[in-house]
Amino acid sequence: MRSAWIILSAVALSACSSKDSDRTTLTVATVNNGDMVRLREISNEFEKSHPTIRLKWVVLEENVLRQRVTTDIAIRGGQYDVVTIGPYEVPVWARQKWLASLDDMDPSYKVDDLLAPVRAAVSYDGHQYAAPFNGEGTITMYRTDLFRKAGLTMPEKPSWSFLLQAAAKLHHPQEGVYGLCLRGKAGWGENMAVILTMAHSYGGRLFDEQWHPQFDKPEWQKTIATYVDGLRKWGPPGAVGNGFNENLAMFAQGKCAIWFDSTVAAPFLSDPKTSKVASDTGFAAAPDEGLGRSANWLWTWALAVPASSHKTAAAKEFIRWAAGPDYAQLVARRYGWLAVPPGTRKSLYDNPAYRRAAPFAAITLKAINAADPASPSVRPVPYVGVQYAAIPEFQGIGTEVGQQFAAAVAGQVSPADALAEAQAATGRQMTAAGYHK
Amino acid sequence: MTAAAISTGSGRTYLTLRARLMIAPAVGLLLAISILPLTATLWFSVIDYRLLTPGSSRFVGLANYGRLFTDAAFLPALLNSIILVVLVLAISILGGLALALLIEGAKVGRGALRLLVISPFFVMPPVSALLWKNLLMQPVAGFFAWIAAIFGMAPLDWFARIPLVSISIIVAWQWLPFACLILLTSLQSFDREQREAAQLDGASAFAIFRHLVLPHLARPIAIVVMMETIFLLSLFAEIFVTTGGGPASSNLAFLVYSEAMLRYDVGAASAAGVVAVLFANLLAFFLVRAVGRSLDV
Repeated sequence: MRSAWIILSAVALSACSSKDSDRTTLTVATVNNGDMVRLREISNEFEKSHPTIRLKWVVLEENVLRQRVTTDIAIRGGQYDVVTIGPYEVPVWARQKWLASLDDMDPSYKVDDLLAPVRAAVSYDGHQYAAPFNGEGTITMYRTDLFRKAGLTMPEKPSWSFLLQAAAKLHHPQEGVYGLCLRGKAGWGENMAVILTMAHSYGGRLFDEQWHPQFDKPEWQKTIATYVDGLRKWGPPGAVGNGFNENLAMFAQGKCAIWFDSTVAAPFLSDPKTSKVASDTGFAAAPDEGLGRSANWLWTWALAVPASSHKTAAAKEFIRWAAGPDYAQLVARRYGWLAVPPGTRKSLYDNPAYRRAAPFAAITLKAINAADPASPSVRPVPYVGVQYAAIPEFQGIGTEVGQQFAAAVAGQVSPADALAEAQAATGRQMTAAGYHK
Repeated sequence: MTAAAISTGSGRTYLTLRARLMIAPAVGLLLAISILPLTATLWFSVIDYRLLTPGSSRFVGLANYGRLFTDAAFLPALLNSIILVVLVLAISILGGLALALLIEGAKVGRGALRLLVISPFFVMPPVSALLWKNLLMQPVAGFFAWIAAIFGMAPLDWFARIPLVSISIIVAWQWLPFACLILLTSLQSFDREQREAAQLDGASAFAIFRHLVLPHLARPIAIVVMMETIFLLSLFAEIFVTTGGGPASSNLAFLVYSEAMLRYDVGAASAAGVVAVLFANLLAFFLVRAVGRSLDV
C-alpha cells in the first residue's frame, strides 16, 4: 500500500516537472515608458521564436516599480525573473549580491557595442549586472523662433549665466511664454536630479570623502540662489508642481522659451503630432560654467536578473533578445526609426537610416558621452552618480532635501534656510545610517 | 439569545460555553486580521530593520521612537494631521448641513438632486485629486486661474501658497455628499408637528433650527465626525498626487509611507505607524465626546 503511494506521487511529481521543463514562464517587471510598452507589444515575436518561454508582464509607473522590485528583492521574494532598474540600483544591489552577473552573455549580445558610459553605469567592480535598454543624457532645449526675434544666439555649449540672461529677455508671461522651465516638483528623481546635476556643474558635491554633507558650502549657495531665483523670476507660476511630464507638456504647448532636461524629451518635441513647436525647437548641449564639469547626467533603464530567480538561463536569453543589437531593426520595421530605444549602442548612431530620421541623434550621443557618473565633481567624492548618489540612503535624503528646495521656490522658506535645513536633515540621516561614528 | 446569554444581577452578561464556541471562528478571524499585523508592527518598531541593509535586525529598544520624536518632520506631520481633519470636518459638515437643508426644502426633483449630490463620493481619491490639481487649481491653465484672469487678478498658486487648505478643499468635496446624505435622512425624520407647534408659538426660523433641528441632528453629526475622522487620519492619495509631501503638507500617514517606501526603514515606519494608531484613537475619543456633549442637551 505504502509503496503504491510512493510510486503514484513519484509519477505525479515527474509529470509536473516534465511540464515545467518544457515551458518556462518569466515574470518581467518593467517601467511604463514608451520604449518599454513597445517592447511588451513586440515581445510576441520573442515567444514565437522561443516556444518554450512564456512572458508575464508587470508594467508599472517608475516609483511604484522601484518600491515593488526593491521590497521583493530585499526580502528575497523571488516574484520577478527580469527586473528593470537603473544605475542608481545597480551598485547598491550588486554589493548585496542581489543580482546575477551578465558577464556570460551569448556573443551575439555584442557587449562591446554598448556606449562606454552606459556600460560603466550598470557595472560594479568590473562586472556587468544589467543590460541597458534605453539611455538618456541632458540637453538644453530652446525656441529658435523666440531667440531669433530677440536677437539672441544659442551657443553650442551655453553657460547657466547665459541661460538666465536669455530667460530674462524671453520672459513674457502676458503672452503666455515663460523664460525658463526646470523641474520644480519635490522628489529625488524630480527637482533633486536637476539641482544636484546643477550643483556638480557649479563645482559642488553632495558629500566630502568622509560622507559629510556639503550644503553649507558656497558652491551650493550659488546653485540654489541661481535655481530659486531663475524659477521665481523667469519660471512659470506653479513651478513647484512641474516635473518632467508637466514641463514637457508646457514646452510642447509653446509656453517655455528654455528648458534644461533629459534627452528623452527630444523625440516628442521634434514630432509635429506631439508638439506645437516642432519646427521651432532647437537643441544645445547641457549648461557648462567652465568649472570642470558640465551639467550632464546619465540614466539608463536596464534589464537585470535577480539572484533569487531560478530561471536565469531563460531570463538571459530574453535579455539578449530585448537589449541586443538586432532589436533596433525589429522596432524600426514595425514602428519606424524614431521609435527605436536610443542611447545604448554605437551601432544605432552609426546607422545612416537612424541619423536621417532622428535630428537629435548627434546631440543625444554627445550628451551621453559627456556624462561621467564615476567622477561627478571636480573634487573627490565617495559616491557614484551625477543626479543621484548610489547609496541606499539617497532616496530618503533626496526626498527630504527636495521638499526644502521646493519650499524655497514656492517662497515658503528662504534659500539660506532651505540649505541649512538640508544640511541638518542630511547629517541626521547619515548619522542614523551609521556613516559617522 | 436568552438561552446563550445569562444575565447576572449586576447587569453584566456572560456567555455559555456553546455560545463561546459559536463565536470563536469570528473572534479568531478578527484576531488573525487585526491583532497579528499589529503585533508584527509592534515587534518591527523595536528592531533595527532596514531593507537595504541586510543582516540588520537587532533589538534596539525604543530607539526608533526616539528618532521619530526628534525628527524635524514629526511635529509638523502631527499638526497637519489635526488641521486636515478639522478643516475637512468643518467644510463638509457645514456645507453638508446647508445642502441638506436646501434639498429638504426643495419641492420637486429631490431624488434627482440627491443623486447629483452623492456623485463626488464615487470618484476615486487619486482621480479627484488629479482633476482638481490639473483642471481647476492649476495656476497657468486651470479654471480658477481663468476666472481670476477675467477679474484681472493674479492667479493663486494653490499648492505652493496654501497647500493644506487646497488639499482640504479637495477632500471636503469628496466627503460633503456623505455628510449631506446622513444629515438629510435625519432631517426627513424630524417631527413635523413639533415644527408646526413651534411656529404657532411664534418661534423664528432660526430659533427652530437652533433649539429643535440642531439637537435632533446631534447624533448623526457625531456619527459623521467619527466616520470621517477615521478615514481622514489615513489621508494619503490626495497628498501624494498634489504636493508629494513636504513639511507643509505631510501628515502622519504620509510620514509612514516615506519611511517605509522611500527610506526602506521598516523599523522607523512601524514606530510611526504605532504612534499614528495611538494618536487616532485619542483624537477620535476626544472628538466624539466633545461633539456629543455640546449637542446632546
